[in-house]
Amino acid sequence: MTTTSPVEKIGGGAATYVDQRLGSNKFLARNLGKVFPDHWSFMLGEIALYSFVVVLITGVFLTLFYKPSSLDVIYDGSYVPLKGIKMTEAYASSLNLSFDIRGGLLLRQMHHWAALIFVGAIAVHMFRVFFTGAFRKPREFNWIIGVALTTMALGAGFSGYSLPDDLLSGTGLQIARGIMQSIPVVGTWMAFLLFGGEFPGTDFISRLYAVHILLIPGLILALVTVHLMMVWTQKHTQFPGPGRTNDNVVGYPLMPVYMAKAGGFFFIVFGVIALIGGLVTINPIWLFGPFTPDQVSAGSQPDWYIGWLDGALRMMPNIESHLFGFTISWNVLIPAAIIPGILFTALALYPFLEAWATGDKREHNLLERPRNAPTRTAIGVMSIVFYMLLWIGGANDILAITFGLSINSIIWALRILIFVLPPLSFVITRRMCLGLQRRDREKLLHGYESGRILRLPHGEFIEVHQPLNTKEMAVITSKVDVPVLPVPAKTDADGVANKFYLVDRLRHSLSSFFYGTNIPLPSAAEIEAGQHHATHDAIEEAPLHAYEDRDELFNAHGGVLHHPGMPMTNMEQVEQGPAGTSH
Amino acid sequence: MSDLTQHTNSHDSGHAHEVEPARLGHSPVADIPHRPRATDTDPRMARRAERQVAAMFVLSMVFVVLFVVAYIAIDKTTSVYIPVLGDVGYSQVALGFTLGAAVFLIGAGAIQWAKKLMPDVEVVQERHDMASPKDDSTLAAANYERGKEESGFARYTIIRRTLLAALALFPIPLIIMLKDLWVPGPLQQGKSPAQILSTTLWRKGTRIVSDGTYQPVKATDLPVGGLVSAVPADLREVEEVDGNLNARGKAAIILVRMQPDQIRSQQGEGWDYQGILAYSKICTHVGCPIALYEQRTHHLLCPCHQSTFDLADAGNVVFGPAARSMPQLPIGVDEEGYLVAMSDFQVPIGPSFWERA
Repeated sequence: MTTTSPVEKIGGGAATYVDQRLGSNKFLARNLGKVFPDHWSFMLGEIALYSFVVVLITGVFLTLFYKPSSLDVIYDGSYVPLKGIKMTEAYASSLNLSFDIRGGLLLRQMHHWAALIFVGAIAVHMFRVFFTGAFRKPREFNWIIGVALTTMALGAGFSGYSLPDDLLSGTGLQIARGIMQSIPVVGTWMAFLLFGGEFPGTDFISRLYAVHILLIPGLILALVTVHLMMVWTQKHTQFPGPGRTNDNVVGYPLMPVYMAKAGGFFFIVFGVIALIGGLVTINPIWLFGPFTPDQVSAGSQPDWYIGWLDGALRMMPNIESHLFGFTISWNVLIPAAIIPGILFTALALYPFLEAWATGDKREHNLLERPRNAPTRTAIGVMSIVFYMLLWIGGANDILAITFGLSINSIIWALRILIFVLPPLSFVITRRMCLGLQRRDREKLLHGYESGRILRLPHGEFIEVHQPLNTKEMAVITSKVDVPVLPVPAKTDADGVANKFYLVDRLRHSLSSFFYGTNIPLPSAAEIEAGQHHATHDAIEEAPLHAYEDRDELFNAHGGVLHHPGMPMTNMEQVEQGPAGTSH
Repeated sequence: MSDLTQHTNSHDSGHAHEVEPARLGHSPVADIPHRPRATDTDPRMARRAERQVAAMFVLSMVFVVLFVVAYIAIDKTTSVYIPVLGDVGYSQVALGFTLGAAVFLIGAGAIQWAKKLMPDVEVVQERHDMASPKDDSTLAAANYERGKEESGFARYTIIRRTLLAALALFPIPLIIMLKDLWVPGPLQQGKSPAQILSTTLWRKGTRIVSDGTYQPVKATDLPVGGLVSAVPADLREVEEVDGNLNARGKAAIILVRMQPDQIRSQQGEGWDYQGILAYSKICTHVGCPIALYEQRTHHLLCPCHQSTFDLADAGNVVFGPAARSMPQLPIGVDEEGYLVAMSDFQVPIGPSFWERA
């Protein structure tokens, strides 16, 4: 029925040619129809991927014009305010890119915006994966790769930020040098080796350049490839819904729908970054002037993703130890090395920690609603609150100026809040999740409150309850609690002491903390009865006298009476109502 | 293309079948009610969607042409005022807008195509356990055992151990070669990083010159409450020779003057000159240059992490993350009345480091 065009003939010939050499048709046969589930939040990872591609494309252009050199030159470009000023070639070439090369500023700004979007999309993508439990078996490796990619993205961003050698970027490096020096035993040497001696030296820009354009992007590219291959092999997780189970994948086939949508989305991301890069100024390096180690401008701010580290540095009390003639700068070491180290390690290990605590060894392909894992959700919210407080700390000077506050009181408030707010948000989030679970249970037992208030013939007002539709029913009943680990016995049947008693008891407590407090779903029969009731009460055209008994009225679960003023009968409404309500 | 569809889908065999080729291996989700789109039922709507998609692709091409025109025609130095954005480069905005629009429209067209004209019926595919079938695992284990046996890896203990040791040692040359990332300069021979960090250009008698103009400073040049950024007189020559900013990064100071009776304490007896104090400009926290001075309180604030030092009180930390006082440079005047250093700093300037006592 379809015709084969000449182009397709050539394509078919080529496919056969390649297949005879690589067996590629086996792959195509399996994968052209591969199904990808659809959800808006699955686009977050795509945004990260596509912005990375934009970073690569624009980055290649920048390398053609940028000179990673600390040699001094006298600027003679078209930006008048800096004419005749001595600066490094790195800065001069960045200025040339911005003023003398047509489209150069566009590429520079696209590169910078795409990098910011890259890190941002990674962060939000990670939230999605975390809060829906997508990192659970069998996807733990991919979570670790994701964490590694996050750190690489931060490294890529920071190393790029430091290349133009303007005053702001040099100040960032100066701080990095100070942080390096705080590392016990090897820190001083490390700084000397990396900078080729003292700060700023003349070696670092070219070294950083190699890291920025070769080492880190190479690693990111390799890890992204593995990341995607794993998604491909394991098939994407899906949100619960009608027809979706742990053992299937429901969505659109790669060819053509997913290909068109994902491919189209790449161009959308690319286009939006080009628009932002063209219209919105970012990092106007010409305003900062060339770097010199003895100047800085007030309100120095790093890019957004480094803000939390800067905030940690600002909030830390000034503790320093002196032992046996050596110095340990806790005031730098803790916020800049130890806290990030602990956070990223915990982040990477989280899937294993949770699986250990809950004893859950099943494969999970159906995403978990955040409310159904209250402890995990609470841990996530707690971490975000912690991060946000550090981030706010990184903007304390801006806040102080904007709101006329004292920097000292902001810092003291944050120093206290960092211990108060995260646990508080943990407790509140957990409570909220459990509350939502209770509400889900209510909905299963009684239908949902339609918001329609009816007045009964004898004057009483009631709210109409409606049965859930198929989609909502499928979503709510997708909840699967992990059974709580048993209370361990101190000795086994033969009276031999359990060597792991304490560990087992800890796991029991943790697992009951994780899923033990969950509100169980009603049984299938109860759900059936509840929904039936909601449907039936809605349909029943009960005679008035049936409701004269108050008890029966209260048992009616929001039943609806028919009266002449109603536009249509309840039966008609139910029949016409949302799709799939009929059993 | 017929080649492709003839392969049975071994991966997903076992269900599906009376479906068109594109749906091989899938079955539609039965319990999702599918509502046909206007483009499914009305051929006119379908044609309209077709025209929309094609129009977007055509517009994209138009924007590419406009990009080329803008690239050639617009002078790179002209700026243009755009509300909200302010004064922006004309060429920059034009190039960004046309490129962005051209690329965006390709994406928008593709998605419109997918949404309006491609099937919107969700289909189902089965998943399979990730774990390999038992046979494969057994075979893998058997192959491993065979390899172990044939190589004698288990038997030849000495081979195994020497191999592991050799593998452990071979990265050493790669690491050793990193040592010359830092080649000490002529004046740095035999000095450790810690020693180098502990000295600056300042010597007894080094004239203090103001930064930028390199003019020597007299006590009378500096009014009470004033602040001057200053460097050693020989810095300019040293920078010429060194070709870097390292010396500046350590020697930069600020001079402040207050009433002598306002000075509560100093790091050394008589280190001021008539109320003029010299402090390092490099923050002891992580090394930002400091220049925010509040005359009334004599506080010096670091713009990076807000460490605050009291210059009237020996440069001590009054707030913020810095742990050490700002190092003070002892100063006096030479016979011509110009301010000079009386010695180098008595402690290393800048951020702490491990070897520092």
